[in-house]
Amino acid sequence: MNNVAGRNIVRFIVLLLAQVILCNHINFLGYINPYIYIIFIFLFPVRDERLVFLLLSFTLGMMVDLFSDSGGVHAAAAVSLAYVRPILLKSSFGMLYEHQSIKFNNIDIGSLIAYISLGTIIHHLIMFSLEIFNISNILLILKRTLFSSIFTIILSVLLITLFSRKRK
Amino acid sequence: MQQIFNFVIRNKTFLLFLLLFSIALALTIQSHSYHRSKFINSANALTGGVYGTMNSVDQYFNLKTKNDILAEENKLLREQLFNSNASTDSTFIDTTYSTRKYKVTIAEVYKNSYTATNNYLTLNKGKNDSIKRDFGVITSNGIIGIIDNTSNKYATVLSILNKLSRINAKLKSTNHIGSLKWDGVSPAYVQLADVSQFAPIKIGDTIETGGESSIFPKGIGIGTIDSFKTDIGGDTHSIQVKLFNDMTNIGTVYILENLDRNEILNLENSTNE
Repeated sequence: MNNVAGRNIVRFIVLLLAQVILCNHINFLGYINPYIYIIFIFLFPVRDERLVFLLLSFTLGMMVDLFSDSGGVHAAAAVSLAYVRPILLKSSFGMLYEHQSIKFNNIDIGSLIAYISLGTIIHHLIMFSLEIFNISNILLILKRTLFSSIFTIILSVLLITLFSRKRK
Repeated sequence: MQQIFNFVIRNKTFLLFLLLFSIALALTIQSHSYHRSKFINSANALTGGVYGTMNSVDQYFNLKTKNDILAEENKLLREQLFNSNASTDSTFIDTTYSTRKYKVTIAEVYKNSYTATNNYLTLNKGKNDSIKRDFGVITSNGIIGIIDNTSNKYATVLSILNKLSRINAKLKSTNHIGSLKWDGVSPAYVQLADVSQFAPIKIGDTIETGGESSIFPKGIGIGTIDSFKTDIGGDTHSIQVKLFNDMTNIGTVYILENLDRNEILNLENSTNE
């Protein structure tokens, strides 16, 4: 348990720093940035207390906001993603989630991609809607959501498969 | 009473979610209104420290371009110096009664953003260097924005690439004024709105600050006219302005303090009353 907590703390700090120092400054094609800090929310242990999980996600989002002067945009998106995560888990993993036995280390890549994609799109849609905050710019919101989501999904899947320890 | 407790306990996750989401939403809404004291901004010791470390590494990669910019500016200043006909060698200048109107502070940009719809910069000067809200920020090329929040060592700048930004500007050739806004599309272009239909607009003309606000002095460059269209009413023009500054690449900036600002504001307030 201690090991799990330690790993999550390290993941929290590393992802936050990677986000604000590297990923916020990529600006691919002018405006496309990946938001990889949500990997923390994806990989948080399933069985742990949900209230703690919500609070941690909120804190992470707030820290990213602090660094990027964006009010509460990331915090709102992160806490929403954390709240809907059980639904995403159920729809992507089905039986595994029912038995509370998901190990992110060894799950098949198909359901992982489905899980990450759904979560990323929800997160990005909320984030860009709040950031642009103008319904008449709906096309801009959708465009940014689409391109940033593609970037985030590819990076997240790569990072998760790269850093997961296969125990067979 | 029992039932209320039961309700709270049963729905504790949802209630916590609702609470956190409302906090985030409130902060978001607050960040969309101009000049409100914000709790969440990057002018604090934590973010400033991290961005400072990052900047000290990052600046090595831009040394060459920075040198070029400085050399260019030196050239400009020398030209002004040699061509100015004011001979000050024999006159005694009493600095206590100087006619100086602006105090200039030099600062490093620690964080620059230009992809969001509301962009802010973070500078490494703050209250300790007597930087306050509503000071102007420029580079040798043109304007950057206005100081928004300050902490002891850092300050955030409301960039001209921000939907909340409104800056008084005018055509260089005539004195027709307009208000400078940003539509959130490209970091290379801003829009000058409400220019009188009588203004002679030519593509390529220069736009500069108007000097009507007490923030910027008159005549600081902004950009050139790229295109323009007449508004639906037909009374005013909207001008697309191509910025002199490359907003995506800003290293060193100058902060301008108008020493007469309080006097001007007091006068205006007493006139309004």
